[in-house]
Amino acid sequence: MTAMLETSPTDTRTADMDTRTTDTAAEAIDRAWAAAERVTDPEMPMLTLLDLGVLRDVTIEDGHVVTIITPTYSGCPAMATMRDDLQRELLLAGFPDAEVRVSLTPAWTSDWITERGKKALKDAGISPPGAAPRNSGPVALTLMPTRRAVTCVLCGSDDVRLSSEFGATACKAMYQCNVCLEPFDHVKEI
Amino acid sequence: MTANNEPTIHVEHDEAGTNVEHDTHDNAYSGLLVNDANWAFGTDFEDPLAGVDTTVPDGVDAKDLGAYCLMLGDDALVFSQRISEWCSNAPDLEEDIALANIALDLLGQARLLLARAAAADPELVPELPAGSPVPDEDRLAFFRNDLGFRNVRLAEVPNGDFAEAVAKILIYSTWRLSIFERLVDSRDTVLAAIAAKGVKEMSYHRDFAGRWVVTLARGTEESKSRLVAALDGLWPLWTELFETHSVEASVAEAGIGVDPATVADEASVILDQVFAAAGIDRPERGGLAGVGVHGGKGRDGLHTEALSKLLAEMQVVAREHPEGQW
Repeated sequence: MTAMLETSPTDTRTADMDTRTTDTAAEAIDRAWAAAERVTDPEMPMLTLLDLGVLRDVTIEDGHVVTIITPTYSGCPAMATMRDDLQRELLLAGFPDAEVRVSLTPAWTSDWITERGKKALKDAGISPPGAAPRNSGPVALTLMPTRRAVTCVLCGSDDVRLSSEFGATACKAMYQCNVCLEPFDHVKEI
Repeated sequence: MTANNEPTIHVEHDEAGTNVEHDTHDNAYSGLLVNDANWAFGTDFEDPLAGVDTTVPDGVDAKDLGAYCLMLGDDALVFSQRISEWCSNAPDLEEDIALANIALDLLGQARLLLARAAAADPELVPELPAGSPVPDEDRLAFFRNDLGFRNVRLAEVPNGDFAEAVAKILIYSTWRLSIFERLVDSRDTVLAAIAAKGVKEMSYHRDFAGRWVVTLARGTEESKSRLVAALDGLWPLWTELFETHSVEASVAEAGIGVDPATVADEASVILDQVFAAAGIDRPERGGLAGVGVHGGKGRDGLHTEALSKLLAEMQVVAREHPEGQW
């Protein structure tokens, strides 16, 4: 089944998928964005792909929806699921042949996580990232534990210790609070 | 890939080969097996370069670009496989997870690099029976023999103890980070993007390994002696990392790749900083010789016996089922 979306805002048509009778280009793209925005990260479902900064763009090209996503890490095993989830959500919104393209550049940075996304992380007991390091020139060797302004997600104390720079998913480090002893994840600055 | 070719699995076989009907509650993975929506892995796994423009830039031989990507991809793949052998064997859970994460980052880099190699020079990709669903990067990973692999020999060294693991990761990531920091300026936009991502990831790897090297060196007599022995054992493979293969010279000339000889000084200085912090001396052993009259090494497809054993284990399932659907 092929989507026949309008390119002219003044034209109207009968959608072949459902009962909608009019759909201008602007309405179609709004509807596509609204659908894409509903998709959540498979590993951190409290975050939408938009709030995670993985969903970069939604456009309509030659009558079909094109979404652009950027992987968080090279080996991110969730990319295929993200793609499938986007296609399914867009299908349900009346876009049966949505294409998902991967954009590798610019590389994803934790700075792309929105304020709403950071709040959603914190509400779910995951410490959100601070500002990512800006590298100009050679990457510095750091032999001391990474210093971050991390506070305990449970009691708010800043007396926390890094237990590992690597956690349950590629994007997280593991911390423990020295006061209330709560172990928690921190999304790494990258 | 569309919903109509996704596998549906309703019946499994137990270890004895008996069909086992599952209801939806008897194991934590049943949702993965019966719910198409959650099926993401195996031969249906997407092309890692889906939608990426893989046009070969002007001024570079596509065969050289393919061969270069194969070298970098094989380094990452073979070293990832080695590190993943640590899964469930590390001294504690944190280190187990850290090593698995490092292996995963390298595997991700390998997929992109091997997919890039296949896109640049399709003749590199082994032929399989018509209709085989195996994607190009998997054909390169699972259907080449040792002589086809172009990784540096450091990547294939069999694992020793934990000190050996962190020493090897320190050496590899110090070398590799120096190369990738320059590769971000490649005229090939795909390689530049892979490198930009890799720099961020390997900065974590190098710091992780460097901290453990310092910790072990400043720990007990036992931990220090094991670390020093590990570095001594790996050191003969250090010089090979900075030897320029003709393909590397060619892609460097074209502004596509990096001549590893140009990063030797920087990598040495960084490693010396770690050794100084650790209070240990730089090993002094000379380089491991190549093979045959031409002294061929890893980049020439000439490897140690260890690679053949690694490949046998890594490739056996894929080779048994070249048309398999996973």
